[in-house]
Amino acid sequence: MSTIAHHPAGHGDAHEHAHHPSGIMRWITTTNHKDIGTLYLWFSFIMFLAGGTLALTIRTELFHPGLQIVEPEFFNSLTTLHGLIMIFGAIMPAAVGFANWQVPLMIGAPDMAFARMNNWSFWLLPFAASLLIGSFFVPGGAAAGGWTLYAPLSVQAGMGMDLTIFAVHIMGASSIMGSINIITTILNLRAPGMTLMKMPLFVWTWLITAYLLIAVMPVLAGAVTMLLTDRHFGTSFFNAAGGGDPVMFQHIFWFFGHPEVYIMILPSFGIVSTIIPAFARKPLFGYASMVYATSSIAILSFIVWAHHMFTVGMPAAGQLFFMYATMLIAVPTGVKVFNWLATMWRGSMTFETPMLFAIGFIFLFTMGGFTGLVLAITPVDIQLQDTYYVVAHFHYVLVAGSLFAFFGGIYYWLPKWCGRMYNETLGKWHFWLSMIFFNVTFFPMHFLGLAGMPRRVPDYATQFTDFNEIATIGAFGFGLSQILFLYIVLTAIRGGAPAPARPWEGADTLEWTLPSPVPYHTFETPPQIA
Amino acid sequence: MERNTDAAQTKAKGRKRHLPLRRGLFATSAMLTPAVALAEREYNLQTPVTPIATQIFDLHLLITGICAIIFVAVFSVMFYSIFAHRKSKGHPAAQFHENTTVEVIWTVIPFLILLLMAFPATRTILAMKDASVPDMTVKVTGFQWKWQYDYLDHGFSYVSNLKTPSAQIHNLDTKDEHYLLDVDQPMVVPTGKKVRVLITAGDVIHSWWVPAFGVKQDAIPGFVRDSWFKAETPGIYRGQCAELCGKEHGFMPIVVEVKTPEAYAQWVDEQKKKSAASAEDTAKEWDLKDLVAQGEKVYLANCAACHQPTGKGVPPAFPALDGSKVALGPVASHLDTVLNGVVRNGQPTAMVPWKNTLSTTDIAAVVTYERNAWGNHTGDAVQPSVVAAAKK
Repeated sequence: MSTIAHHPAGHGDAHEHAHHPSGIMRWITTTNHKDIGTLYLWFSFIMFLAGGTLALTIRTELFHPGLQIVEPEFFNSLTTLHGLIMIFGAIMPAAVGFANWQVPLMIGAPDMAFARMNNWSFWLLPFAASLLIGSFFVPGGAAAGGWTLYAPLSVQAGMGMDLTIFAVHIMGASSIMGSINIITTILNLRAPGMTLMKMPLFVWTWLITAYLLIAVMPVLAGAVTMLLTDRHFGTSFFNAAGGGDPVMFQHIFWFFGHPEVYIMILPSFGIVSTIIPAFARKPLFGYASMVYATSSIAILSFIVWAHHMFTVGMPAAGQLFFMYATMLIAVPTGVKVFNWLATMWRGSMTFETPMLFAIGFIFLFTMGGFTGLVLAITPVDIQLQDTYYVVAHFHYVLVAGSLFAFFGGIYYWLPKWCGRMYNETLGKWHFWLSMIFFNVTFFPMHFLGLAGMPRRVPDYATQFTDFNEIATIGAFGFGLSQILFLYIVLTAIRGGAPAPARPWEGADTLEWTLPSPVPYHTFETPPQIA
Repeated sequence: MERNTDAAQTKAKGRKRHLPLRRGLFATSAMLTPAVALAEREYNLQTPVTPIATQIFDLHLLITGICAIIFVAVFSVMFYSIFAHRKSKGHPAAQFHENTTVEVIWTVIPFLILLLMAFPATRTILAMKDASVPDMTVKVTGFQWKWQYDYLDHGFSYVSNLKTPSAQIHNLDTKDEHYLLDVDQPMVVPTGKKVRVLITAGDVIHSWWVPAFGVKQDAIPGFVRDSWFKAETPGIYRGQCAELCGKEHGFMPIVVEVKTPEAYAQWVDEQKKKSAASAEDTAKEWDLKDLVAQGEKVYLANCAACHQPTGKGVPPAFPALDGSKVALGPVASHLDTVLNGVVRNGQPTAMVPWKNTLSTTDIAAVVTYERNAWGNHTGDAVQPSVVAAAKK
């Protein structure tokens, strides 16, 4: 982990201030945004491997019909924890890791606004992760009611559910602190001359994401607290016999859950909007409309939550409202895709690994967007709700969406962060393997869902066998490809070719004005933005 | 590939009707995934047998078709650009980066396309929601992990359990044609009648889903929701619980048999007779042996999923009955547990009340069985009269 250490070469005075403890204490006590960004990214990668292991166990069980390697109750724990670990352990912390590294560098700030709180935001996460993973070993096993924790099933569950609730509380606290820090940094620490409408789009998307987080994480905390009191203190929020309503849990949960979807994708939009212009050697097309589109997506995300609940039985007016509102989201999302295309149009493109991942992102994310539009149509959703079609849909937007953008971002900024280049050939292999195996895994799931295979089942009727076999083979290919990614990053950090200050010809944001590797302290004197 | 023979003729009919649209979709999906072989697999929603399911089927094809066209158009542009505007071909980078007109165009056109999609969708939603003036009503109750059907118009009810034997699930036996999609007693409805289903649950949320009918409605404990369907073609239609409801969620299928009105009337008569014949004589004194024999059947159908056929349970969630304090303790508290379930902290647990689901005799039998099976040898024969008294 200490590989992205301070290198004495480089930036005049800056490194003389880099006094910090060495060894493990450096990482425990650090208040440096670069160190903390590194911690977030490694943490999220470890969680990504943990969640991936669960996913591969799921896919192994589903290779053939019948029960082979796990019992149904444990299978439900696997799907539940796979979701929780990937969302709260892998995707969200990775996005915060990017923010920590890049927001100060891109706005010319010396560090994050609240450096000590930044340390605490990160160090809460390993505790939450231990609770989650540790819950596999308590009596009754880990939570098994799905990552959505629907009552009353989650009220019935064993103490693994309590550990999950505490873990969600802790991760929520971490996210809220992280968001406050990011908002304060962006609003107060921009270099002179950097007006809001001059900020790189990545900073914009994170500013909006951070507001979304502050708005909805407390809602999730409320929902799981009500669950906790229903479980142990005799309340009946979600129990009809006591005057409560199980569906209320879903309303509260998805009021958090839908903005959460955009929390996971907006930073990726930002990364892609940074990479595409750099490799097209052409400014981002429609910067202002990108900002407005991102904001509209964020605002609309608050009024579409019940499209996750079309089958609970709401009045026709409710179904119509949530269908129309959901369909509207396609408009700003389309604007973003068109702007990316217009950025590429008549550029002078090269296709290094970050660009490949960014193009892969646009291609597959758009497919996920289209299946999202299909699912927005209430009558169709009623057929497809809780089937593998939905599983395919959200993996297209979360894996090929968020994750691919993060891969692109890592390849893009790694030379700046550690001062060394990754192996371009291997990077391209990583992209093509991920791209192919991702589709082998998830594309057949559309057909499974259409034909009627429900999600979250450990066993299935025999007519679903062949597509499940294909999906399992793809999943192992995809999983193993990520070991290649680890190898590429480690070899780059340890012995990659030295990176120039600006390895990408078209990159023009502030961080590329700094030497590579970037000094431990940067922008102690704010740069002047023209 | 295995398929539902009963509905095969309707499938053929559906195929013909939807062929042109289907072909378009096939062309697109084949282009996107050349890896998918051309073997006969299901690539689309199941063949609809109700007017609503037909509307949904067409709506799905329409929306997917429009999306596919836009997708191909947009990505043709992108791949052309990737092909033509590359540095290796010496293409110079233009520097344009703003154009309000095109931004407006690509905001307005998608909006108009969405309007086009919203019209048919709205029509279908309104039709789906119109459950008024039904010809008959059936109440459907989801339990962990089975469905109960109450024929409110005729006054009988029964529970529908998974029929697939555990040996097939554990790969000890060949899986039969309707593996996991078969039940001991299907729901039965007549053709051409508007059937309103009232859907609720006894423990956690389930979801009653029959794809061929276009009906999926969550079953919510403590609330009654409704939905409806009008099946046109006789046949057997299969679905599954669609909301995660615990350990056996994957093992509670829904099977609906659609009969002609005459065959349906005959079936109703049989059910009424059966129901009258089994009207219970709770005063009857049973032998221990008969109670245990009956109790074993009841146990395997209702209790074994959690407490296991061996009586060993899956502790701590599902306690063992073999050697348990409850099964070896006083009859009264054992009966109370079975009749009223276990409530902890004011919340119901996985041990639900059975007094309304099982008959008095069945409860007597299963309690007797539990007290005399495995290592339990109390010798108690719990008579139905005792259970009837405890119920009061």
